[in-house]
Amino acid sequence: MKNILQTTIALVVILIGFTSCNNSENSKGKSGALASNVAEKVYVAPGEHDSHYAFISGGYSGNLTVYGLPSGRMFKEIPVFSQFPTNGYGYSEETKPLLETSYGFIPWDDSHHPDISQTNGKLDGRWVFINGNNTPRIARISLTTFETEEIIEVPNSAGNHSSSFITENTEYVVAGTRFSVPVPQRDMPIKDYKGNFKGALTFISVDPEHGHMDIKFQILMPGFNYDLSHPGRGKSHGWFFFTTYNTEEASSLLEVNASQNDKDFIAAINWKKIEEYVNNGGGRMMPTNYAHNVHDEATHTATSTMKKEVRVVDPADIPGAIYLLPTPKSPHGCDVDPSGEYIVGNGKLSANLTVHSFTKMLDAIEKKKFDGDAYGIPILKFEDVLAGSVEQPGLGPLHTEFDGKGNAYTTFFISSEVVKWKLGTWEVLDRKPTYYSVGHLTIPGGNSREPFGKYMFAMNKITKDRYLPTGPEMEHSAQLYDISGDKMELLIDFPTHGEPHYAAAIPAEIIKNNSKKIYRLAENKHPRKTTTDAETKVVRDGKNVHVYMAMIRSHFSPDNIEGIKVGDKVFFHLTNLEQDFDVPHGFAMIGANNAELLVAPGQTRTLTWEPKQVGVWPFYCTDFCSALHQEMQGYVRVSPADSNIQLSWSLGD
Amino acid sequence: MKKSLLIITGFCFMLFLGCGDGEKKKDSPYEKSTSVEQTTPAKSKVPASERIDLTSKGVGPISSITLPSEIDQTMVAHGKDVYEKMCTACHKVDKKFIGPPPVGLLERRTPEWIMNMILNPEEMVQQDPLAKDLLMEFNGAPMANQHLSEEDARAVLEYFRTL
Repeated sequence: MKNILQTTIALVVILIGFTSCNNSENSKGKSGALASNVAEKVYVAPGEHDSHYAFISGGYSGNLTVYGLPSGRMFKEIPVFSQFPTNGYGYSEETKPLLETSYGFIPWDDSHHPDISQTNGKLDGRWVFINGNNTPRIARISLTTFETEEIIEVPNSAGNHSSSFITENTEYVVAGTRFSVPVPQRDMPIKDYKGNFKGALTFISVDPEHGHMDIKFQILMPGFNYDLSHPGRGKSHGWFFFTTYNTEEASSLLEVNASQNDKDFIAAINWKKIEEYVNNGGGRMMPTNYAHNVHDEATHTATSTMKKEVRVVDPADIPGAIYLLPTPKSPHGCDVDPSGEYIVGNGKLSANLTVHSFTKMLDAIEKKKFDGDAYGIPILKFEDVLAGSVEQPGLGPLHTEFDGKGNAYTTFFISSEVVKWKLGTWEVLDRKPTYYSVGHLTIPGGNSREPFGKYMFAMNKITKDRYLPTGPEMEHSAQLYDISGDKMELLIDFPTHGEPHYAAAIPAEIIKNNSKKIYRLAENKHPRKTTTDAETKVVRDGKNVHVYMAMIRSHFSPDNIEGIKVGDKVFFHLTNLEQDFDVPHGFAMIGANNAELLVAPGQTRTLTWEPKQVGVWPFYCTDFCSALHQEMQGYVRVSPADSNIQLSWSLGD
Repeated sequence: MKKSLLIITGFCFMLFLGCGDGEKKKDSPYEKSTSVEQTTPAKSKVPASERIDLTSKGVGPISSITLPSEIDQTMVAHGKDVYEKMCTACHKVDKKFIGPPPVGLLERRTPEWIMNMILNPEEMVQQDPLAKDLLMEFNGAPMANQHLSEEDARAVLEYFRTL
């Protein structure tokens, strides 16, 4: 802001000083100051669109936010793992099943790593996946409706952190456990962790047509912490790489006890080999319990199914499918370059950045150059798989992304900077500070075969003085850099919601034309829809009363209801009859103990209300829908429980 | 973007120097609507819903329709279905509701006007004199664009011929 202001003031002063009435030349001339103005690079004029979407994880908000680049404007918060009173997600009868788990209904989670679906290693923009970290789950969000369509729980996992990364044809979305736990869960002393806990790495297949997820197999790995992961791509397609820490298998004071080993591992998993093994009946079905929740776009309704078993694979049963690559000092990010050759282990306590070579790894495996094993899994020799090291690039490396031009960009948390370095020569090319303490960074397509290397943004953990102060608690801050030149250029700061851990970004043209404007009434298959005025009704079923209500500018039909009694459970099934873009209607009922509903055109949503007091109670539309929005209201008469007033309903009579 | 900065710069330049040659044609939507209003015929005391205008074709995609003398009953059935699904929330067949009833509509409006009102209500209520008056008569309740296809709107028109 200061820069823009100063530039503007300077320009005006110059113009006043040098121009006269007859001299309009100067206002047309291009000054150097203008040509290099950073503000121009992020200015998106009113009514114009950004060039990229960014899907930024909400961290402890449990949701996913949608931003535009380069402006840094937030367009939408997509509710995923958390109830969202703003539109009734997780409160409406249709969406409540999405938050069911084996632990019951869970209103919250910690969402971490969004990843956009790919075809042939390129972003295809069909879905974005994101992991729930705390109660292990993976969600799939449609990029036509920008709504959560499916959530699958991951059994035998805890702290679902090395997730949700997808293979290059979206064959699998992969979820790895951060905490190892007893598998199956059982009552045992914590101190007996070592050798007894397991780390489950879960491969969830994705139906290529509908995107539906299904757990294909879980690999029960040694009890390390599986921190982050990425798929191989190109030449290494068919492999998956996971960083580990706490190979010490400590269960207490990990801050010290999990930092003892000079090297931890990157686990290299040949998933194609395991897939084949499983397809031939390998592994065993293990009894368990996990939820699979699917929202159907036609019925506008989610259903939750509890699954009772999962296929598990013991690494000992399939030799030659898993290897361990020694990697210095508790590596965090595990990033694979666009060619699939380099696997970067961001050893967060290491002075150097370690890069492994896929080719050398295959060679070492072929020559069986092993350096012992861990629980039967062969350990390769560090020197045999090492492609190179970036020497002392900064302190506390966390994550690396790629620009598709042979360069890598790594975040350094402790020294608070992004460092650009060259793949192959390992030389540092540039470094720029971040404000402050960067975690993840994102380049659109930066973890695919074809990155779009124009922008990079850093998601910083600490905000402090970057914005006007808002008390002790504040939003986090992201920073956008132009990376099209030799040197990175900081363009803009923008606040982010919750605590972003990673983001997935994509050129807008890949998805914007697929974005739905309305749901078609003709395609609405909700069992309690009201798609014509003739279908409006109120039906009693014991203590349950179903109100089939339609909404259109600007009335509810019916809007007067009598015959409800204290002790009833009233289900308002609202269908928005609008078929025009951006005409949602809201529904709020006085004293409802849940939330409001926001109903999109053509959609049906249900809010439950349990009236506790006799009286005449109003409801109204919460979304300013027309000039007569304030008239969009109605009344429900609630009579005593023993009243014999019959149900009746009307509109305009 | 460079351009816009230049424009801002240019604007500041004019402000500060006051040379006074900065008059530009205004291009506001209000001016447009004023010019349309000028073509509006003198206001009639008859409510717009009862006024008869068998010449105006309205504003929208439909410029000319010829109605065959015989009513197409298949089309009527389809039109009735569409009407009941998409229109009855606001239009009862034979009584005023949120909007006017369609009964006898073809005695008051041209077929083109009717279809344009269905297919293009936003522009109609801004530009068509009758539609503007209707909006006022019906308390400012806007006709919702239900995004009917031309085929569906034509079928609804056929249904209206039977009312």
